[in-house]
Amino acid sequence: MSTKVKVAIIGPGNIGTDLLMKAMRSEFVEPVWMVGVDPDSPGLARATEMGLKTTAEGVDGMLPTMREDGVQICFDATSAYVHAENSRKVNEQGAVMIDLTPAAIGPFCVPPVNLTDAVATKAMNVNMVTCGGQATIPMVAAVSRVQEVSYGEIIATVSSKSAGPGTRKNIDEFTRTTASGIEKVGGAKSGKAIIIINPAEPPLMMRDTVHCLTVDEPDKEAITKSVHDMIAQVQKYVPGYTLKNGPVFDGKRVSIYMEVEGLGDFLPKYAGNLDIMTAAGLRTAEMYAEEILAGNFVPNAA
Amino acid sequence: MNLEGRKITIHDMCLRDGMHPMRHQITVEQMVTTAKAMDEAGIPLIEVTHGDGLGGASVNYGFPAASDEEYLTAVCKEMKQTKVSALLLPGIGTVDHLKMAVDCGISTIRVATHCTEADVSEQHLTMAAKYDNLDTVGFLMMAHMVGPDELLQQLKMMEDFGANCVYITDSAGYMLPDDVSARVALARAELRPETELGFHGHHNMGMGIANSLAAVEAGANRIDGSLAGLGAGAGNTPLEVFIAVCDRMGVDTGIDLFKAMDIAEDLIVPMMDHIVRVDRDALTLGWAGVYSSFLLFAKRSAEKYGLSSRDILVELGRRRTVGGQEDMIEDLALDMAREKGTI
Repeated sequence: MSTKVKVAIIGPGNIGTDLLMKAMRSEFVEPVWMVGVDPDSPGLARATEMGLKTTAEGVDGMLPTMREDGVQICFDATSAYVHAENSRKVNEQGAVMIDLTPAAIGPFCVPPVNLTDAVATKAMNVNMVTCGGQATIPMVAAVSRVQEVSYGEIIATVSSKSAGPGTRKNIDEFTRTTASGIEKVGGAKSGKAIIIINPAEPPLMMRDTVHCLTVDEPDKEAITKSVHDMIAQVQKYVPGYTLKNGPVFDGKRVSIYMEVEGLGDFLPKYAGNLDIMTAAGLRTAEMYAEEILAGNFVPNAA
Repeated sequence: MNLEGRKITIHDMCLRDGMHPMRHQITVEQMVTTAKAMDEAGIPLIEVTHGDGLGGASVNYGFPAASDEEYLTAVCKEMKQTKVSALLLPGIGTVDHLKMAVDCGISTIRVATHCTEADVSEQHLTMAAKYDNLDTVGFLMMAHMVGPDELLQQLKMMEDFGANCVYITDSAGYMLPDDVSARVALARAELRPETELGFHGHHNMGMGIANSLAAVEAGANRIDGSLAGLGAGAGNTPLEVFIAVCDRMGVDTGIDLFKAMDIAEDLIVPMMDHIVRVDRDALTLGWAGVYSSFLLFAKRSAEKYGLSSRDILVELGRRRTVGGQEDMIEDLALDMAREKGTI
């Protein structure tokens, strides 16, 4: 008798594999399926070795048996373009979709800011914004919960090696989705996101700069405390989330300089951008799983 | 060097790269006045955008005096012969900005990435290439950071995405003429013959003219510069000087030299916040291989935290920072200040 909720991961690439390794340690979820499209994918081979059922036929390869296999939560770690279709199909089979692509068809979820809200609404699709969004929106929210933020801007710098083909092909989706998350979840009146890819060797750790413009003079003490409190919340699932400098106050500008070191599960530690995404996705799934196990939520196709 | 009879297209950068030394504060009126004079002088192509390209308006790079849309609309409608281009850096601007700029009347879009990251331009170049008559240019920045072979692979990628012209861009003003020749010559030999090839220089080591000539000799047919050198760092290749040199060498630019000189002297220089020249910090940019628009940010952080701007720039070079990482300047300055005990 299993006491864990069964989950499937769609997309056996870097993100999907890192997520799998984290999920294997979870007290609340148990990965049972890995879905890919390339039979030669090393990610699928690895998942098979770890005892998961796999298919190279895309989501369609899992659909016929996913209900009897007990899959109640799926993660999509593919791309924004195929996400809507994947989501529709697994929702029909009664599974919640946690979207790690920037497709953003469901409500945004940034765990320390609004995870409880997302779970409370029992949405069948939640979106994890973007890696840059996961790393920076908590900081925007840390300022905006103290006082009104008219403008929030983030600059995410990631190493070239950690920016996969999906991110590169869809870089506009990154900037758009992140900017939207800064507004909707971060609480800034208007948002702007910038991503920089740096090819330096050895690869640099993910860096994130957050600039907020406050409406009134910033309350330095309250903002500083709020920022430190929020960092502690993020560190619960990403221990390498570190304040490098700031908050710096310059007139109505509040600037926060962060570094994100990953756990190094599958990807190297410098790829904090990928790590924070998988860790946030897993944390979201665990919260859903707790609700499911407690009998408060039965995922179902509407 | 014999360039007799060569025909090249000059592209002026005053109203885009020149936004950097002007802290993006050039007014719409100044833009229109300058652009009209350039039209009169026969300058075929001018760039008009925030210094960091479409969508560059930000805390990180600076908020401009007017929006890209306001600048482009105002300038495009006044042009008789001169065509207008806009710059777009994926990661900062999006295809929405590109569409807006096309609607404003640009005829050239230049999509810029770091020299090793051409694949992030696919979305933008592919879309640009679908427009009829939109001159679609791929622009590889900080091209000194990789050798000719690797650069060629990246240029080819942009060519495949639909660029009809590709640029080798010396954003740090680091290259010497042999560096330019090697990169341009290989690209010219290996790219499709119909693909145009351009060079964008910065004058940080005083090599703007020499490098541009080397580029033309090796097969480039588009050259960027700016009148009176108004551009980031020590500025771009000073265009009136380059045009005069071309004239003496029998290179056809189609530009009226005296009118170009007059614009530099009577319009551009009086507009400058500070005289753009090879000062100590600009020279450091070139010597250390640092993105030229970091100049004023480093000066400001140095002043704010009691540091040497040269030390900051040298360290940014050592860390192999790339274009757009302006946020790392204050961050680094804070680290240096803490170490030095000034904060």
